[in-house]
Amino acid sequence: MLAKTGFLHELKKNRVLFIMLVPTFIFFIINNYLPMAGIYFAFAKYDIRGGIFHSPFIGLKNFEFLWKSNILLQITKNTILYNTIFIFAGNFLQVFSAILLSRLIGNLFRKITQTLMFLPYFVSYVIMGVLVYNLFNYEIGFINTTLRGIGADPLDVFNDPNLWYALIPGFFMWKWIGYGTVIYLASILGISEEYYEAAELDGANVFQQIRHITIPLIIPTFIILILFALGNIMKGQFDLFYQLVGNNGNLYISTDIIDTYVYRSLVSNFDIGIGSAAGLYQSVFGFILIMVVNFLVKRKNPEYALF
Amino acid sequence: MQARNKGSAVILFNIFAYTVILITTILCVLPFWLIIVGSLTDNASIAVDGYHFLPKVFSLEAYKTIFMFPQTVAQAYTVTTLNTLIGTSLGLFFMSMAGYVLSRKDFKYRNRISFLIYFTTIFGGGLVPWYMMVSGILKLKDSYIALCYPGLMAPFLIILMRTFITSALPDEVVESAKIDGAGSFRTYWSIVLPIVKPGLATVGLFLALNYWNDWFLTAMFITTPRKYELQFYLYNMLSSYEALNYMLSSGVTIVTNPPSESIKLAMTIIATGPVLLFYPFIQRYFVAGITIGAVKG
Repeated sequence: MLAKTGFLHELKKNRVLFIMLVPTFIFFIINNYLPMAGIYFAFAKYDIRGGIFHSPFIGLKNFEFLWKSNILLQITKNTILYNTIFIFAGNFLQVFSAILLSRLIGNLFRKITQTLMFLPYFVSYVIMGVLVYNLFNYEIGFINTTLRGIGADPLDVFNDPNLWYALIPGFFMWKWIGYGTVIYLASILGISEEYYEAAELDGANVFQQIRHITIPLIIPTFIILILFALGNIMKGQFDLFYQLVGNNGNLYISTDIIDTYVYRSLVSNFDIGIGSAAGLYQSVFGFILIMVVNFLVKRKNPEYALF
Repeated sequence: MQARNKGSAVILFNIFAYTVILITTILCVLPFWLIIVGSLTDNASIAVDGYHFLPKVFSLEAYKTIFMFPQTVAQAYTVTTLNTLIGTSLGLFFMSMAGYVLSRKDFKYRNRISFLIYFTTIFGGGLVPWYMMVSGILKLKDSYIALCYPGLMAPFLIILMRTFITSALPDEVVESAKIDGAGSFRTYWSIVLPIVKPGLATVGLFLALNYWNDWFLTAMFITTPRKYELQFYLYNMLSSYEALNYMLSSGVTIVTNPPSESIKLAMTIIATGPVLLFYPFIQRYFVAGITIGAVKG
């Protein structure tokens, strides 16, 4: 006799609901859970003939290589450095533009500019590669022809690693400003009108209202978004880096992140062991960070916790 | 006195806000303007003078050359369009079913299953094991399925779908449908789907945009140029001269001295065209999705 609460009983009672979930089950098992078995490659010497069962176990040798060759340090440093800039510069710019838009007089102007600021979100990363070419090509790029036009020296971005510390964040902010502004604008528009009306009666001008009402009330949203972004600080923006920099070895010192390194180990070198090891390192650290962030958020305000 | 003071603050604020927002907007749009201008500039003039804010010598040769040899572009367009349509429809079907089941309060395992879906965003095997799975075990190398299946579902979109359904569908509706004898699938098909049309539009558009803009899956799995998706086709053309010549060859005819610079930009416009045309009309669905998604994590 089956217990009334058992799994089989549920399965029978909600047969149709389970069937409706079958595609979802299959998808996540094939796409996400089964590949986790491939983590074994991180501890193995990959054998091209045999796959997972014929690749001998070599312990931590792959990690040792990454560590001793200093690659791990460099790609970790770059990943964290860029993500930190993205998170802080990106969010500040988005909050700033959302605050300005929210108090702007003129609905049409606001609608048009907000729509146009959202445009970069919709285009593919390949297009960003075209933009870099179009703007920064040494001979014919728009910025360089303009610089020459005013008698200044052109920028040789493809041979100067340092310029990318500014270029990549610039393009990141360009891509995401519209998206982030939408989030913050929604949060600002959720603030009750009554606060502003009361402040108006007390004689507070628009700057004072922003300073004492808008900013304090969106700070919780801001902090939550920053915290969760920090939890993902080990995850690099692969598309962005790959399309902007590509396989330009001159620039790796300042532009190689964990994700581009893993991609190259797979595609250019077919170094399965090393690629898996770097990927696993990223996954494990990312996982720990998210758990820590979620724990902190949960303690402060359980409503915002992810799980 | 006070009223005047307030008035001047408003004026000051608006001068500042208009200036900053206007500059930001121009910076967002300017690169697209430069690409359009570049695509309409005479190729020889680009080689000598570079790109400018306005075409130095206006020319349509780039577009003419592309439309003279439309076969390979048209092929990439077809692959991408079909993939987008099929992937979006299937993905919507699967994810709306999942969202509906996970929104049912009488479904005991909904929280556990939601967590298993969500867990994939915080831990995974990484790119290499995933690639080995798709190419080695599923044997999808150079198959159209490899372009379609990985984009079918995403945890964020399933949760978004569930949120849309939960907020649009009162529990009583499900209960009364049950009492009337409608099965779960029937309830989903003829009650839930019509109610969550805005949710379907939002999730569908996120899916479609991902499919349309994807270049990575082609780069990973496709080896036959005929099967390239549009964005990868463009990427490939930008990065190699041979690819440009491949595009401009149809059997026997080969263009000598193609207008290579302006063609790259014209091809960019052609590959982005539909997105540029449609996005002003569909962006409000993205705004709705981002707003709801951000609130719910």
